Amino acid sequence: MTGDPLWSIFLNACLINNFVLAYFLGICPFLGVSGKMETATRMGGAVMFVMLVSSTCAYWINVLLLAIDAPYLKLISFIAVIASTVQLVEMFIKKVSPTLFRQLGIFLPLITTNCAILGLALFQTNKGYSFVQSIFYALGAGVGFTLALILMAGLREKLELAAVPDVVKGTALTLMLAGLLSIAFMGFAGLGG
Amino acid sequence: MAGLDQTTDKRGTDEFIKGLWRENPVFVQVLGMCPVLAVTNTAMNALAMGLATMFVLVMSNIVISSLRSFIPKQVRIATYILVIATFVTVTDYVIAAISLDLHKALGAFISLIVVNCLILGRAEAFASKNTVGKSIMDGLGMGVGFVFALLCLGAVREIFGSGSLFGVELFHERFQDWVMMVLPAGGFFTLAGWLLLFNWMKERKARARSLEEEAA
Repeated sequence: MTGDPLWSIFLNACLINNFVLAYFLGICPFLGVSGKMETATRMGGAVMFVMLVSSTCAYWINVLLLAIDAPYLKLISFIAVIASTVQLVEMFIKKVSPTLFRQLGIFLPLITTNCAILGLALFQTNKGYSFVQSIFYALGAGVGFTLALILMAGLREKLELAAVPDVVKGTALTLMLAGLLSIAFMGFAGLGG
Repeated sequence: MAGLDQTTDKRGTDEFIKGLWRENPVFVQVLGMCPVLAVTNTAMNALAMGLATMFVLVMSNIVISSLRSFIPKQVRIATYILVIATFVTVTDYVIAAISLDLHKALGAFISLIVVNCLILGRAEAFASKNTVGKSIMDGLGMGVGFVFALLCLGAVREIFGSGSLFGVELFHERFQDWVMMVLPAGGFFTLAGWLLLFNWMKERKARARSLEEEAA
């Protein structure tokens, strides 16, 4: 695994094993924020940034924990790092763009409990990626998450105008759409192998 | 705050039952979706995942509700997450000790129980405001509701996807597996199907009630 070329890692995280549609990570924001294109794009951006920072931190934490021989602290330290990164991003966005801060609302602190980010940190350590590989993995996962979110938002904006039976409206419809998207993404399976 | 007073008046059994059906975490509240979809490709995985989540839920509810007057309001979320992460680490090692195969099948999703919104949600909404006894009942109820929902999904996906249930072959060997059901897309479709069923039942009930009212 450690010898994977960078482009293959990127493609793998972004398309073939898309975090949302193949690993089911980050479903909550995926269902919650994908109503409008604009919020979806911004949420994607925020998640991508948190992913990059926390993946970098997670790599060094893992090195440190292995050095002091305490791998059982991995989970606790990862989640602590992610929580503080999210706090940092929140303060930064509040300062730079209060409008964006208001638009993201509750979903910004909720990034902490976004499984995609913790999942990313865990997967990269499980796969034994080097530092540069981890960064590319995080980039790919971030782009993949944003892509899935934007695709979904586009579909849902179109569906607002469609005549749908009342029973299907809401979460059930969104889940069916996600299933179709997931089938579409399976087509990428032949890409890097 | 009328709603909160109501919950505190109720007996323990009510707290247990509400998680099972009326406020089922998966079908009604749509919480904790990631493990629901990711590990339910066989009934066995679903059961193991459900039990692990239930254990963490009950234990963290106990700890958080007994510490509820000591936890400062500003850092409560961080404290909850640390408590939950501790129990998840315990669960992770216990499962690895019991069955290595199961540990491999569930993979990183055991660790990901930490970020299951259901657990954090119950800690914030219930355990931080109620007594230890009630929190245990609430945790058990929600936990059983979660196991039930996971089993519903896991059973359907295993029956159609591999023609078996808990590893026991159900159909004739000429049965063609619906490979789609075991793949990620099948998870989305199965959950959508269950939600449709529940929506339909709810709507039918509401319609029957309005008809009755009209008749009266």
